[in-house]
Amino acid sequence: MYFLKRLALMLPLLLFISFLAFVLVRVAPGGPFDKEHRPASPEIQRNIEAKYHLDEPIWKQYLRYLADLANGDFGPSLKYRNHSVNDIIRQGLPVSLTLGFLAFCFAQGIGIPLGFFTAARRGKWGDYAGSFLAILFICVPGFVVGPLLIMTFAIHWHLFPAALWETPWHAVLPTIALGIYFAGKIARLMREGMIGTMHEGFITTARAKGLSENAILLRHAFRLAVLPVVSYSGPLLADLLTGSFVVENIFQIPGIGVFLVNSSLNRDYTMVVGLVLLYAALLLIMNLLVDVSYSLLDRRVQY
Amino acid sequence: MEATESVPSPLISSSRPHLSPNQRAWQRFKRNRPAMISVWFLLVLLTLIFLWPLLSPYRPDTLSDAQFQVPSLQHWCGTDVHGRDLLARLMSGARISLLVGAVGAGVSLIIGVAWGAIAGYVGGRLDDAMMRVVDVLYSLPSIVFVIVLITTLEDLVKRIVPKGFLTDTGLSVRLVLLFVGLGAISWLTMARIVRGQVLSLRTRNFVDASRALGASHARILWHHILPNIYGIIIVYLTLTVPAVMLYESFLSYLGLGIQPPMASWGSLIAEGAGELNPIRIYWWLIVFPGAALVTALLALNFIGDGLRDAFDPRSAV
Repeated sequence: MYFLKRLALMLPLLLFISFLAFVLVRVAPGGPFDKEHRPASPEIQRNIEAKYHLDEPIWKQYLRYLADLANGDFGPSLKYRNHSVNDIIRQGLPVSLTLGFLAFCFAQGIGIPLGFFTAARRGKWGDYAGSFLAILFICVPGFVVGPLLIMTFAIHWHLFPAALWETPWHAVLPTIALGIYFAGKIARLMREGMIGTMHEGFITTARAKGLSENAILLRHAFRLAVLPVVSYSGPLLADLLTGSFVVENIFQIPGIGVFLVNSSLNRDYTMVVGLVLLYAALLLIMNLLVDVSYSLLDRRVQY
Repeated sequence: MEATESVPSPLISSSRPHLSPNQRAWQRFKRNRPAMISVWFLLVLLTLIFLWPLLSPYRPDTLSDAQFQVPSLQHWCGTDVHGRDLLARLMSGARISLLVGAVGAGVSLIIGVAWGAIAGYVGGRLDDAMMRVVDVLYSLPSIVFVIVLITTLEDLVKRIVPKGFLTDTGLSVRLVLLFVGLGAISWLTMARIVRGQVLSLRTRNFVDASRALGASHARILWHHILPNIYGIIIVYLTLTVPAVMLYESFLSYLGLGIQPPMASWGSLIAEGAGELNPIRIYWWLIVFPGAALVTALLALNFIGDGLRDAFDPRSAV
């Protein structure tokens, strides 16, 4: 019931977000045509603005935008005027989705085992080494990792291509650059969760029953300890799937992360609102999934 | 497992009876080697940062013809595209980076914890409303929000402040705008995490017990629930500092953060990444700023971990 309510709330929430994004970008000073190469004469400027209805009151612009949106049309891009926002999303989204999902899997695949391992080996060498690794990961941003990976593996050793997005080989370096930071975050959340959980009463009970340490760790502690990771994974996935400016920029990958930043800088509002809506819808769904899995993993949590 | 193993309990080993819990925590913290090394490292770093202008023959903004010098005895970290000494620039960039991290974490602590704790504890309608606010702010990709916020405020400032005045104060205005932008988004994750923890703690027996004993809501929240999540708050705070410092670097990369000739570690890394080309590798332009950022963040993280272990003896190794 609670989740149905949340689901029903999503549409008005998305409407509200689109409104907020629209107003945010439209009300802020500066228009999409301010940075054109040749300053247009006032008449031309007025004509362009009239063509895209920028001369109308904002509420009218917004309603017009919504009407188009209802037909699945995100409108024309005001900066890349040969393309519609739909075109750009259609081309860029699959790339960003693939890269983001790969990075997500990479982060979870490294982070969860690393966090689990360090918690299980608590206070021993494995813990120190693993925890150091996890800390190192969150301290070495994609910003640094990307260029370093390119310098060593692409330019120096010629093992992987340095940029672009063609063969699966092209995905290796960007995936690492994008995912490694989050792998460290997940490992730390996982370790923290495990260590907290090991003090719970039901773990003592499990021990008293004579269960093996492995069974306790894997079947009893893990379920509760993974909650912070689950909670973190929702926004993380939404974030990763909608592209990363830094990684796409460094590796010259044609995703939508680059467009989001550029269109906000250019006040290309149809593009901003379109991409924001995409991100918001993804995020709301992810958060809902997180809360659903919360109540599945920990029955004490009630909504 | 280790929980039952007899690592000498920090409680017993320091049980001089007159010590308060905080004093005992401090004692435990002082025994944490990585954390203490990090504290000393940061102290030395801070001293160096402020003394460097006196020690170094180079100023961070002096141009020279010695472009792209490989690290040598004259220029320990090499020089950049304008022949500026990289080490001097790193030292001046350090101030901005550390300041930005501290401000972001402070905002995340104050607003995020209060917001999340109240929402999780009160529950019901208020929880719904408060978390929807977080959801909405979350669902606007932070970068759009921050870009529009910063550029708008900057336009406003430009309009209000007379032109000649701006050349001097322009740089610090940028810095303040950066703080506002980073502060506006840095508390969201903290609020969500705290709220999730409080939500699952408030149904526990010890909360019911203290409620039955007549404790006020403030007391329950402050004395019974929050102490249970200090660990997660502190860990997340230490994760916020690097995150904010990174965000700053990202914004500087876009030209919205620190403006040249001013520098932060992030903007230096961005400059280094900009010089990346397949013909010549100027590795020092990335490696040194990267190393500076990474070691500082490592130290901050070790301190955070040490604090957690000290204040939450249950989790101490």
